[in-house]
Amino acid sequence: MLEITGLHKSFAGFVAVNEVSLTVAERQIVAVIGPNGAGKSTFFNLITGHLRPDGGRVMLNGRDVTGIAPHRICALGMGRSFQLTNIFPRLTVFENVQAALLAHRGKGRDFLSRAEAMFRDETMALLASIGLASQAGTVAGVLAYGNQKQLELGIALASDPKVLLLDEPTAGMSANETHETIALLERIAEQRGLTLLFTEHDMEVVFRIAHKIAVLYQGRKLAEGAPEEVRANADVRRVYLGGHA
Amino acid sequence: MSARRIPWTLLIFLALLPLPWIGSRYQTFLGTEIAIDALFAVSLNLLLGTTGLVSFGHVAYFGIGSYVCGILMKTYGLPFVLAFPAAGLGAALFAVVFGFFCVRLTKIYFAMLTLAFSQIVWAVCFKWNAVTGGDQGIADVPFPNMHWMASLPYVGDLNINGRFYLLSLVLVAVCIAAIGQITRSPFGRMLTAIRDNRERAAFIGLNVRAYELSVFVVAGGFAGLSGALYGIFNRGVFPDYVFWPKSAEVMIMTILGGMNYFWGPTVGAFVLVWLNQEITNYTQYWPAVLGSILLILLFALPGGILGGLARGGAALRRLLAGRGDA
Amino acid sequence: MTASLLVGQFLSGLTTSMFLFLIASGLSLVFGVMRVLNFAHGSFYMIGAYLAWQVVTWLHPVGEAFWPAALAAGLGVAVLGAVVERLLLRHLYGLDELYQLLFTYALVLILGDAAKYLWGTGQLSVHRPPVLDGGFQLVGNTVPYYNLFIIAVGPAIAITVGLVLSRTAAGRMLRAASADREMLDAMGANVGLIYTGMFAVSSFLAGLAGALITPMESIVPGMDVQVIVQAFIVVVIGGLGSFWGTFWGAMIYGQVLSFGILILPEFSLFSVFALMAVVLIVRPWGLFGRPIR
Repeated sequence: MLEITGLHKSFAGFVAVNEVSLTVAERQIVAVIGPNGAGKSTFFNLITGHLRPDGGRVMLNGRDVTGIAPHRICALGMGRSFQLTNIFPRLTVFENVQAALLAHRGKGRDFLSRAEAMFRDETMALLASIGLASQAGTVAGVLAYGNQKQLELGIALASDPKVLLLDEPTAGMSANETHETIALLERIAEQRGLTLLFTEHDMEVVFRIAHKIAVLYQGRKLAEGAPEEVRANADVRRVYLGGHA
Repeated sequence: MSARRIPWTLLIFLALLPLPWIGSRYQTFLGTEIAIDALFAVSLNLLLGTTGLVSFGHVAYFGIGSYVCGILMKTYGLPFVLAFPAAGLGAALFAVVFGFFCVRLTKIYFAMLTLAFSQIVWAVCFKWNAVTGGDQGIADVPFPNMHWMASLPYVGDLNINGRFYLLSLVLVAVCIAAIGQITRSPFGRMLTAIRDNRERAAFIGLNVRAYELSVFVVAGGFAGLSGALYGIFNRGVFPDYVFWPKSAEVMIMTILGGMNYFWGPTVGAFVLVWLNQEITNYTQYWPAVLGSILLILLFALPGGILGGLARGGAALRRLLAGRGDA
Repeated sequence: MTASLLVGQFLSGLTTSMFLFLIASGLSLVFGVMRVLNFAHGSFYMIGAYLAWQVVTWLHPVGEAFWPAALAAGLGVAVLGAVVERLLLRHLYGLDELYQLLFTYALVLILGDAAKYLWGTGQLSVHRPPVLDGGFQLVGNTVPYYNLFIIAVGPAIAITVGLVLSRTAAGRMLRAASADREMLDAMGANVGLIYTGMFAVSSFLAGLAGALITPMESIVPGMDVQVIVQAFIVVVIGGLGSFWGTFWGAMIYGQVLSFGILILPEFSLFSVFALMAVVLIVRPWGLFGRPIR
């Protein structure tokens, strides 16, 4: 599904991502973990076209998507959510998801119709599936933090992605919100047959839902494997998990 | 959301239509200027309020429109029916070229590059004597041929200024309705998404720069149409129409009315033009008054007049609701 | 073209450059540290010119009244700037850049009318200080001593400010402020005081420049708007916020304008705006600046 080989990026001599390869199979849930500054966010930004890699390749469904613009990668079936909430704060919850639907269905250039009622049912259905239907008319910027993260997921889902990249989906959430969000993610991934690639600092979450874990450390991939293997890996325990687990 | 939409453009248009019959000559004159300025400000707000692009050089397209129309009508004797659309097209064409470069930049750099381009246009208009008349501009731009109106009922009684008011009002209303449609269309929704969050907009699959360029061109075209009317209204086209303080003026109009509201710029145009006329009767220090209005806006009324009204209305409703509970 | 003409144009361009450098340096400093594009900088310059005229008029019989007048003009405008920053501008820092831009434009409008009210709309002029009267011959050109003084003052101020920025604690703090505002907050430095000080220094430079122009050009309403456009072009070419960039930006501007008049007399104005546009397209952060986030 997603095949990353030898991805490389440096900023003014500082190597942020160093020859990282990773394969994600269809419907697999893969976690990328590592201490702060390990290069997780940069790694994501390279995959989704926000940054242009210095070297390496990203293949999506057998197609080379290395370094192409984010809006084109999105059209090819990759959705993403961001570490800091990344919604359209002055649009309503409804309009947030509807905008993503309109864009995805190629209606963005239509200036002769009325946007208001387009894809109404689909938008509401999507909002229902992420549990925000009752807030459809609320301006997104005033939502509670946890709801904004849910909405972000909804925006990503509107593009009907095959692969979803989530950058710290539970960052800043309370234990309760974290729990709900993870349950939601699992359910939606199951329903839609999604492939998930996510970064996360909460090890409990990681070991609960990931099929495979990759550990980044100082820009390099330190280990990769099933959760049990990674947990048992001596290097990983030394540099990272030792402190936490 | 299911409430029936009020056709504001039509209502306002109908309300303003009888002005030349019931109002004084002076009021008709003022009404024409307000209509033209409103279109200019509404076109700017397509960038400012809808897409979040701070263009400090919108006056360039207004000016190009007025020069194109003025030159075609005065120098080449073309009729208004051709010169008017040509003004919009000419302005849009320049907007394609300038906008191509501008949308590559963001925020303050975008604002500065739009300003730089508008100053280039100004410098050319100011110095290119052979075509633009240099600092003398082009005087005596003719009125459009409006003899055909004589055969219309009631309209036939009006003098040329009254007829030009009607013509301007109709054209401006059509343009504002078109901009309104664009704002409410899926395309307009994409623009608001870009305004709210450029990065995220790219990741719902939008080519952000292409959208920004499109709206830049559309806004430039409408500004050009308003400029064409302005030149005829003032019976001449002058380099001042392209000078940067005019960009600031139209921006103040837009923000005064409320850039988060579709009708904000129109309200701003109305208030500012009217205030200008009233105040210049008493004092020559209009700029200082304008500056003070701007200060009040920034510190006390950041949402503009409509924003203030909306806030006041909400507070009133809360107050009434509170009474009801008690 | 003769050598005499070339030298003449070069010197006139250099004088323009050094003047603009004096003005633009303040504009650039404020942008570099505070990220505020100050349209009112030209108005401060104009007020400086009027203040200088006023003080010279009061001190009339004194032969060298110009010097204390220039200093008073700079200081007066510095106080004005500090007051404006403390009372008003300060409240707009959190908001969109657009609001700060409009605020400074409101100042342009108000200060422009204030100057008309106080000093009228006629042309005012100030005599050259007697010590700098006269000039000397250089390859067929008469170079006034006063122009020479201006050409020297520009680099002198540049070097002074450059040294202050690189050597002193306050300067280091200012540079930290321009690099990262949050970091400075975290360090616990008094950002508010730095901003006020910065704005006052910038205003001082504008006021001083306004005073120094008076022996060369008459003081008229509208000089504020005229100069701010030029200063903008200079800082854009050099790089917004870059001090040395501003110096070189001014050098380039002066020479392009002065030789542009020789080559394309109709379009010398056009050429400087075109230069500004080209720089923004190719390197939006200026020829000598660095990209900012």
